[in-house]
Amino acid sequence: MSSLASEPINTANPPSFYLTQEHHPENGTMLGFWLYLMSDCLIFAVLFAMYGVLGRNYAAGPGPAQLFDLKVVAINTSMLLFSSITYGFAMLEMARNRQTATLIWLAITGAFGAAFVGLELNEFAHLIHDGAGPQRSAFLSSFFTLVGTHGLHVSFGIVWLITLMTQVLKHGLTEANRRRLSCLSLFWHFLDVVWIGVFTFVYLLGVLR
Amino acid sequence: MQDRTHFMQLLLGRLSWDAIPLHVPILVGTFIGTATLGLALLGFITYKRAWGYLWSQWFCSIDHKKIGVMYIVLGLIMLLRGFADAIMMRAQQALSFGSSVGYLPPEHYDQVFTAHGVIMIFFVAMPLVTGLMNYVVPLQIGARDVAFPFLNNFSFWMTTAGAVLVMMSLFIGEFARTGWLAYPPLSGIAYSPDVGVDYYIWSLQIAGIGTLLSGVNILATIIKMRAPGMSLMRMPIFTWTALCTNVLIVAAFPVLTAVLVLLSLDRYVGTDFFTNDFGGNAMMYVNLIWIWGHPEVYILILPVFGVFSEVVATFSGKRLFGYASMVYATVVITILSYLVWLHHFFTMGSGASVNSFFGITTMIISIPTGAKMFNWLFTMYRGRIRFDLPMLWTMGFMITFVIGGMTGVLLAVPPADFELHNSLFLVAHFHNVIIGGVVFGAFAGITFWFPKATGFQLDPFWGKVSFWFWLSGFWFAFTPLYVLGLMGVTRRLSHFDDPSLQIWFQIAAFGAVLILFGILAFLVQLFVSIKNRVALADVSGDCWHGRTLEWSTSSPPPEYNFAFTPLVHDQDAWWDMKSRGYVRPLSGFIPIHMPKSTPAGIVLAGISLVCGFALIWHIWWLGAAAFFAVIATAIAHTFNYDRDFHIPAEEVARVEQARTRLLATTV
Repeated sequence: MSSLASEPINTANPPSFYLTQEHHPENGTMLGFWLYLMSDCLIFAVLFAMYGVLGRNYAAGPGPAQLFDLKVVAINTSMLLFSSITYGFAMLEMARNRQTATLIWLAITGAFGAAFVGLELNEFAHLIHDGAGPQRSAFLSSFFTLVGTHGLHVSFGIVWLITLMTQVLKHGLTEANRRRLSCLSLFWHFLDVVWIGVFTFVYLLGVLR
Repeated sequence: MQDRTHFMQLLLGRLSWDAIPLHVPILVGTFIGTATLGLALLGFITYKRAWGYLWSQWFCSIDHKKIGVMYIVLGLIMLLRGFADAIMMRAQQALSFGSSVGYLPPEHYDQVFTAHGVIMIFFVAMPLVTGLMNYVVPLQIGARDVAFPFLNNFSFWMTTAGAVLVMMSLFIGEFARTGWLAYPPLSGIAYSPDVGVDYYIWSLQIAGIGTLLSGVNILATIIKMRAPGMSLMRMPIFTWTALCTNVLIVAAFPVLTAVLVLLSLDRYVGTDFFTNDFGGNAMMYVNLIWIWGHPEVYILILPVFGVFSEVVATFSGKRLFGYASMVYATVVITILSYLVWLHHFFTMGSGASVNSFFGITTMIISIPTGAKMFNWLFTMYRGRIRFDLPMLWTMGFMITFVIGGMTGVLLAVPPADFELHNSLFLVAHFHNVIIGGVVFGAFAGITFWFPKATGFQLDPFWGKVSFWFWLSGFWFAFTPLYVLGLMGVTRRLSHFDDPSLQIWFQIAAFGAVLILFGILAFLVQLFVSIKNRVALADVSGDCWHGRTLEWSTSSPPPEYNFAFTPLVHDQDAWWDMKSRGYVRPLSGFIPIHMPKSTPAGIVLAGISLVCGFALIWHIWWLGAAAFFAVIATAIAHTFNYDRDFHIPAEEVARVEQARTRLLATTV
């Protein structure tokens, strides 16, 4: 240890160098999940960028004004927004430790989500039927990919929701289940925020063109 | 008959006997060699009855230390494959002049350079730095494991699944012939209708999931799990660089995922993102992939900057010079790395103002990097430098990397880049920084922390042999490429007409042979060290007179890392403890809470591998089945709530007493 001498040594009153109790670091799940959501947000950022660049490349095909039916999209949007509110109610009930009420609100949330996905699939089917499928033009490719990726996320959220409902039924509102419900809550509201972007930039601005 | 072929197509997709390259002697030879080696290894494991041990203690382990070691083993194995590609290219280019066409036909040569790039970046450099971070970061911050131990195991196996897929492309079908970033429209379905690009896409997608999750994991670990007292500005520099690297991973890899999804949609669904017609825009791909790609090179280099910082401080016997400036330099590089991507394609024609912006931001990066270089130099200044192996690698890095950095600044000048774009000058530049930086740094890190992981040092003689072969080999192999690049020779050519160029390629091939000796010497070093492990043993746990917390525990560390969580009062916490009379606690042990092993990670990655393979070969039923199986398995895994256990206090006491006895034998 000859090299120790190169720095001043202070041995007066050495402090404690270790904890004698077990150390419980803060649980990192919410932070970790939030980091994952931000990475997901970047995937949407790329898809928005693609839509921003390619969104007017109609390749002599139909444009947004001909294709989008704002009434259907408005209903669709309200389904998703309502589902966010009901998820919020579920979380409030969870905070009050009321399992059945939590489950009921979760079920309603899932139903709204399923309605959203159903309406979206219906819209897609119409577009494809009218010859405006994702292969038609770069505009439609980026439209289907952006909206479809969002829809895929919502569908995945519904599967996750059902899984969590089963787990709450099985184990109750335990700490682990509360943490999981909070993660899904972040995920669900995040999808809402993304949808507001889609609704504004794709549908509203699209029809204005 | 018609029905039967239809049925076979439904069953096997594009896969048929034609996909097995029996007509290519090199591949048949490689296959026989690989299969023989593989069978020998499997036989050896079976002979040693080690399967149960490997499965339960390693494959299913969620111990960050074991996962770190497995990452490094993966990186070293893939280094052999990536280097085999490299030396094949060097041989081809040295031979293929005038009437001689060399031994690799162009379609094979194109696969070799693509595979070389992909493997070296994704399956050598990434596993090596991820392995080091995985092993070292929790120890440096005084934690028992990472924030999400199961996810860590899963990430490793996803990376491995990606590597396996690339290796499979060698013997079933072919790999991409597009270059390592697979630019469309060449990589689109119109010009690459075969499976090569699909292998590329799915191996990177599967490995990318692993990388992203490990990024989230290490980030959450560093933010949430530091020992009490370790404020951000008391973290070891390696942990700081790991933090910045994982910020980059989380903020860059999703872009790669998204852009590869878009490319696969173009190939599988027939969308028009990057096609020449129907409004597609291929330059969007190039932009997006470099928005990931440029941060990626900093993902690789930042952790090794951290390694060099630890090594320089330790082997100079001094506190690191300019700790705060080192932290800020790292953070500035992290931010700037997002503002330079366009310098990879100044020739796109985005105009003088855009090119100037990106040229200037690129040059600015050299300022924090230069600050780091001076910090290392001033740390060495008036230090008592010990020229052990990690320090040799560090000094080799400092000289090599500075020159690589300077050629980088040359390339950052847009008018110069118009001349040098896609030339061998560029190839020489990025090998100069990747070999001189990442590879040397990985070797510095491996030799530095090897005794921590195993309890014995690496043999210094063979290490020095390896170092000098690598260093001299690097300069012999890449100086000629600088010269050729300045003469205007472009990259990725398998044949040359001008015989006056041949001598440069022959020198480069000689350099590659020297590097081969460097790699072989490293393998010999591993072998000799394991053989002489008793003589090379270190029982102190602190063989280099280290400064940070990982040296405060035993080598190898116990499963729980630290019997008691350390309390941190200063930077270089372990140095502080040593200089203020820390006494190792010998009693009062408490039960320690630890996560449980699980096979879920390897199972999920295995099914993902099947899914990827099925999608590559258009075996739709299998792809769908595997996809749903992955989801079902993941959901089933969440139903397991029993994920942790306590190591009883008596067990901790037993392990610690064993160490006490061992320490007593040496002092």
